[in-house]
Amino acid sequence: MAKRNTPMLDELEKGPWPSFVSDIKQQAAKGKQIMKEAPEDLLGVLELSYEDKITHWKHGGIVGVFGYGGGIIGRYNDQPQQFPGVAHFHTVRVNQPSSKYYTTEFLRSICDLWERHGSGLTNMHGSTGDIVLLGTTTDHLEPLFFDLTHDLNQDLGGSGSNLRTPSACLGKSRCEFACYDSQEACHNMTNEYQDELHRPAFPYKFKFKFDACPNGCVASIARSDMSVIGTWKDDIRIDQSAVKAYAGGELKPNAGAHAGRDWGKFDINKEVIDLCPTNCMSWDGSKLTIDNKECTRCMHCLNVMPRALRIGTDTGASVLFGAKAPILEGAQMATLTVPFLPMESPFSELKELIEKVWEWWMEEGKNRERLGELIQRKSMQEFLRVIELDPDPRMVLEPRSNPYIFWKEEEVEGGWTRDIVEYRKKHQR
Amino acid sequence: MPYDPSDPQKDRITDIGPRYFRDFFPPVIEKNFGKWLYHEILEPGVLVHVAEGGDEVYTVRVGAARLMSIELIREICDVADKHCNGYLRFTTRNNVEFMVDGKDKVKPLLDDLKSRKFDGGSNKFPIGGTGAGITNIVHTQGWAHCHTPAIDASGVVKAVMDGIYDEFGNMRLPAPVRVSLACCLNMCGAVHCSDIAILGIHRKPPMIDHEWIDKLCELPLAIAACPTAAIKPAKTEAGGKTLEVNADRCMFCGNCYTMCAAMPLADELGSGIAILVGGKLSNRVSRPKFSKVVIPFIPNEPPRWPSTVAAVKKIVDVYAKDARKYERLGDWAGRIGWERFFEKTDIPFTHHLIDDYRFAYTTWRTSTQFKF
Repeated sequence: MAKRNTPMLDELEKGPWPSFVSDIKQQAAKGKQIMKEAPEDLLGVLELSYEDKITHWKHGGIVGVFGYGGGIIGRYNDQPQQFPGVAHFHTVRVNQPSSKYYTTEFLRSICDLWERHGSGLTNMHGSTGDIVLLGTTTDHLEPLFFDLTHDLNQDLGGSGSNLRTPSACLGKSRCEFACYDSQEACHNMTNEYQDELHRPAFPYKFKFKFDACPNGCVASIARSDMSVIGTWKDDIRIDQSAVKAYAGGELKPNAGAHAGRDWGKFDINKEVIDLCPTNCMSWDGSKLTIDNKECTRCMHCLNVMPRALRIGTDTGASVLFGAKAPILEGAQMATLTVPFLPMESPFSELKELIEKVWEWWMEEGKNRERLGELIQRKSMQEFLRVIELDPDPRMVLEPRSNPYIFWKEEEVEGGWTRDIVEYRKKHQR
Repeated sequence: MPYDPSDPQKDRITDIGPRYFRDFFPPVIEKNFGKWLYHEILEPGVLVHVAEGGDEVYTVRVGAARLMSIELIREICDVADKHCNGYLRFTTRNNVEFMVDGKDKVKPLLDDLKSRKFDGGSNKFPIGGTGAGITNIVHTQGWAHCHTPAIDASGVVKAVMDGIYDEFGNMRLPAPVRVSLACCLNMCGAVHCSDIAILGIHRKPPMIDHEWIDKLCELPLAIAACPTAAIKPAKTEAGGKTLEVNADRCMFCGNCYTMCAAMPLADELGSGIAILVGGKLSNRVSRPKFSKVVIPFIPNEPPRWPSTVAAVKKIVDVYAKDARKYERLGDWAGRIGWERFFEKTDIPFTHHLIDDYRFAYTTWRTSTQFKF
């Protein structure tokens, strides 16, 4: 029997979509978590928020494990007398394995750990990708960390002004479009930069995300300071007989993604050739031709005809910098900076690049200034000088339309030092 | 040896990073790593991937609430133990994927998943989230666990997903529609490139806790945090240090509250939801795009946020009827013109929707090409 009345939350048990309210209730009823009252009191305080239309959580305090400056987020309730079970309710971020494959053995050991040391509630997963263990008290943090590292061979993720937990799409593990091993890159870079991840030394947060192709399933282009997106340089591989089979209706287009509506017979001209953003394809009724030099690898034709078209074999990644959500200067998408980078383990080229970027950002960045904002403030040109890259038209949508070029003195013949006396000899006042 | 509180540094292990992902691969995934040839969605929520050597892996994708109990995680493990040799994965959008290596193993798995319900009646494992439909909503913490939200997250997501549930288990939209929710402008779940974004916003400037602010906050940090320079030093009546907010300049971003707990701005009437649409982040056909604000404010309506659910449904319905195959929501709105978007969706266009922040001019129309 529920300890608390939660008439508003009970409304969220209705409907077909999985109800988090029902789930928290089952944890309250059946769970053996050490913070016995936590699920019930979480529902209680949430019900209060539903009545008041406002949150009842306070700013986090500084809590953590020895030697780390991130990974734990302090959280306290502003009605601790009413809801003692969640008065102290800190979050633990556990660094997920690349692209979130699990054995049940591992997940069960996480559940056991959290039963011994917390509320029994989680987020699977947080926005950045971590396993989020939701709600514990300060005295549990060190024992939890000890068990996590000793028994589960597993570390915490990032929080605060540090490298946040990197994340990756599932890449080569189960996708034919993967242009590089996004999972290995994510794992390798996470381990290379453990110090940056656990000990905040940056102006603000920094995120890596690894998408293995331009479809971008992990959304790196919108939400990571360094976005690594798989691409290829050579030709799309074509199986002409499979193209014919798609055109003739023997193969299901779009891998079945549009199968829920009758869109009429598949029309290769209308649905592939005419939608190609660069018009680099043609179909003569029996043969598909791609002018690969003009292709911008948008993935549309591959998505529509995955059995006929394959990515090229000269693969690597494009690296883009500076994406972030609106706070503060407005949302930014990542800017294409390195059109092509080889992506073989141990990813030395990528590491060399990111270390130059960090050095500049740590030197020049203001408190709470994301990399994308610093690039805007100091200029793309300055950024390119720092990372020692030559400008390339691929880095812009179009050249600037204002002529206010910040010329450097050394670029101008004769320099900037002139003699006004000599000038006046030829030009009267 | 267990943890010894008298000697916390003893045998300490640090900086070991996450577990190696390949230790968690099902055998069919490990064997065919990098050798996948193609995939097909057999029915909503069910995929097959075929490898060069002919091996197949069948994946069943199910939706889940991201706020999840360990009781439910253990049940997910039970399902994976029973059908998938103890392997599973989660997706970026809070779905769970169960994989089996033979077609005959799919139906028993589907039947099992469909049979599992919460005591309250909702499905534990709705099947879908593939192709040209609506997959799970990525979201933030909301009133369940955050100090800056304008809205709840889990509750709004539950109500909206109930409202558009049919699209989760179908693939009948012109293209995928990605719905995301962030409960404040910090957007710890970035929603600014979503087909439909539900965003918590504030509309009242921060209050100042004059008595405590100098004890709780570094005042210069709070002043510097304001993007419009609306905060300046002031004195209390007793002569103490405090701050003052020029309310006319406040854009309600909450950045000052992030820096200073003595400047709360959430409010029963002031805080609520803005709806943004038309963003995308894949590079398919058109470039990635930001979402645009189309509804500036909807009040908080717990427990089921009916106005928000209706707004999302209406936008999805009009898009579904009007857009061409493959056209993402933002590409459709761009083609028909935003004046048509507002006309077709019956959403009023108000002054709030014209940009007046940085780079505002880039979104104004500088052409005579428009539609009557």
